Amino acid sequence: MTTLMNNPIQTPHPTTGVQPAQPTPADAPGAPNPAYINITDYDFYYGSHQVLFGITMAIPERQVTAFIGPSGCGKSTLLRNFNRMNDLVDGIRHAGDITINKRTIYDPHLEVTSLRKRIGMVFQKSNPFPKSIYENVVYGLRVAGVTDKRVLDEACETALRSAALWDEVKDRLGKSALGLSGGQMQRLCIARATAVRPEVLLMDEPCSALDPLATVKIEELILDLKKQYTVVIVTHNMQQAGRCSDRTAFFYLGKLIEYDTTVSIFTNPKQKQTEDYITGRFG
Amino acid sequence: MTATTTQPDAAAPARAPVRPRIKGEGLVWLTAMGLTIALGMVVLLLGVVASYGLGVFWPKHISEFTIVDGGKSVTVGGELVSRKAKAGNAAGVTSEEIQIYTGNKDAYGLPFRYVDVSAVTSSREPDDALVIERTTGGNAIGLPVALRPKGEAPVPASDPGFHARLDQLIVAAAANRAAVLAIKNGPLAVNSQRLSDLDTRLRSLQKRGEPDQAKLASIAAEITRLRSESTELNAQAQAKAATMLGSQLVIRLFTGEEKRIQFKDVLGATWPNQLGLAGRCGVFATRMARFVWDNPREANTEGVIFPAIFGTLVMTVMMSIVVTPFGVVAAIYLREYARQGLMVRTVRIAVNNLAGVPSIVFGVFGLGFFVYIVGGSVDRLFYDGNLTYGTGGILWAALTLALMTVPVVIVATEEAIAAVPRGAKEGSLACGASKWQTIQRVVLPASVPGILTGLILAMARGAGEVAPLMMVGVVKLAPSLPIDASWKVGDLIPGLHTDQKFMHLGFYIYDLGFQSPDSEAAKPMVFATTLFLIALVVALNLGAILLRDKLRRRLATATF
Repeated sequence: MTTLMNNPIQTPHPTTGVQPAQPTPADAPGAPNPAYINITDYDFYYGSHQVLFGITMAIPERQVTAFIGPSGCGKSTLLRNFNRMNDLVDGIRHAGDITINKRTIYDPHLEVTSLRKRIGMVFQKSNPFPKSIYENVVYGLRVAGVTDKRVLDEACETALRSAALWDEVKDRLGKSALGLSGGQMQRLCIARATAVRPEVLLMDEPCSALDPLATVKIEELILDLKKQYTVVIVTHNMQQAGRCSDRTAFFYLGKLIEYDTTVSIFTNPKQKQTEDYITGRFG
Repeated sequence: MTATTTQPDAAAPARAPVRPRIKGEGLVWLTAMGLTIALGMVVLLLGVVASYGLGVFWPKHISEFTIVDGGKSVTVGGELVSRKAKAGNAAGVTSEEIQIYTGNKDAYGLPFRYVDVSAVTSSREPDDALVIERTTGGNAIGLPVALRPKGEAPVPASDPGFHARLDQLIVAAAANRAAVLAIKNGPLAVNSQRLSDLDTRLRSLQKRGEPDQAKLASIAAEITRLRSESTELNAQAQAKAATMLGSQLVIRLFTGEEKRIQFKDVLGATWPNQLGLAGRCGVFATRMARFVWDNPREANTEGVIFPAIFGTLVMTVMMSIVVTPFGVVAAIYLREYARQGLMVRTVRIAVNNLAGVPSIVFGVFGLGFFVYIVGGSVDRLFYDGNLTYGTGGILWAALTLALMTVPVVIVATEEAIAAVPRGAKEGSLACGASKWQTIQRVVLPASVPGILTGLILAMARGAGEVAPLMMVGVVKLAPSLPIDASWKVGDLIPGLHTDQKFMHLGFYIYDLGFQSPDSEAAKPMVFATTLFLIALVVALNLGAILLRDKLRRRLATATF
């Protein structure tokens, strides 16, 4: 629990798939787990092309962790492995392990769908479904089989409030989500991801397609969300990483170059490459 | 738009700017020409079909020609059809002949007459020329002489009340025919259907060696009862028809002799030489409506095409109901579940090639597989070996065409599924939806417009196909419509006679054009029927397009 090095389990037990400890509600509040997402010696390949090299890091609970690095450095790939979104791609391969809340995500007894229910994701391009605002927010609950109208209504309101969208859309929940502005759509996607009350919220460049005003709103929202969720955000925007993250990881060519608190990365980078990147000398 | 910058002219820089030459302008013309030719061909096709087809219904003037034939002067009357150079005469001598539609097939033997233009000494358009449309024998053309209503004094044509009385009698005749038909198609038809069903049942019971003699006897008794009932109904219908029998219209043909026409055969009468434009349009509309709604007569040459339109429609709808789920499911598997590789690529190529297989091949397959193997087994298993599904029928025709058009739907659906943005699928999966839930809730709704495009193409091909249908259930004249209020042995759904043979517009055109005893008379009908086939396909497609647009507006994919 203390450091990422003392986790000997790389793959789950092949027959039982039993994980060491199930999280109990009792140990959740108060004491945030400093290694909520634990990545150990993680390699990842698209076919024969290796994109991640021996990543080892621990992402703390209920904090915002930012992944930065030039395009093609593997930060998005790593993020998309947390909820196994890369499974959609043919010919992928990995070595090493990722555990989330002490449970490996490669547990053969774990259904990918239930993993994804625990890990919400917000994409670079907002992708609301061509349905009503209400149906967009409760989509995750509907596919999980929730039919109780009261539960759905409540979840919808909570999620929209936590995405700071409730006041703007409460009078037109039945209208199509495609009528919203770009920033509203992205916040709707955040509401959709939080409606199922995930443990982790992954954000893949959530503001790259938004104007500065909408970006400010999303950033404020991220700071608010970390009270409840473990947030991992991939960004190209140095200032954004500086403004809203607690820890920052710098990736370069598939390797984790430096990982520390955001303050030390930005004020006192230990690696030359990190310094060059954040000062804008390359990337 | 190409930028209209003048290109620097190195040789003569001082000259005033010449008209700019734009690169690629030639190609613009070429492409525009291609489109123009394509559009021109479509317009030409529709124009030719429409002008020939609609011309059938348009009331033409009736002319009376006096001609010299073998030294004698003869009168010929009728509609002038065409005027063309005569074939086979000596070089240098131009001779023309005219084709006249004389009608009165029963009196003259032929409805057309060809006359040398040089033989015509005079022509006039008699005001009182009358065209009578009849149920048998084609049109009668002549000059009215008198009406002889049954049991009343004759009304001469000079009588001022002649017109009104004629119309009155025509209406009475139509009502009488309808009343007779109501008996024949109503209780009498029900009776004969029950008779044939009971007959079949009795025979299969006897074949099986039914021991219960009382049961057999009761069926036999019921058959006897129904037979006598039918005889009575027949007598009733005949009595009804007899009330009109004897009322006659007397006309004088242009050749001079008088002719009596039974009113029971008269569908309508027009005075084409007295009609104004509005009157002509009225006659045009009436004739067209009659063409669509009545039943076929006279070996189809006096064809009226409603059964063929209806048969085509029902078959196409049945085909669509089968082909859509089949094609969509196959496409989902190919695109979403199958491992993309050599195997899937091969399957995809095979499916695409299937769309190019000549349709007659599907007809042969349908006959061999659906009719003989499947139909034969169904008959043995469920119908005691009585020929029900073991012969061509609308179900087999629909299945054969569904098989033929399924590649079209598969290809269109696959393309539509592939066009669903990755973001939409990922958004759904990231919410914890399973693959099937994602397909069901996100992928399929977004693909519906594309699927409907495939269906439109499939319907367009299916509705126009003739060759395979000839092997699996299309007939020249079907005894009844594929859907009506009666319940027959072999119905999949009560009222839908899936095992029955049916009529189809495409085959109807073929039959009119090539199998008709009177090809000259059938020629205009070929075009008229073609026009309706085109109209039907357009109507079906328009329906699907409207549905697609409605859905597209509702299910527009999120694009940002």
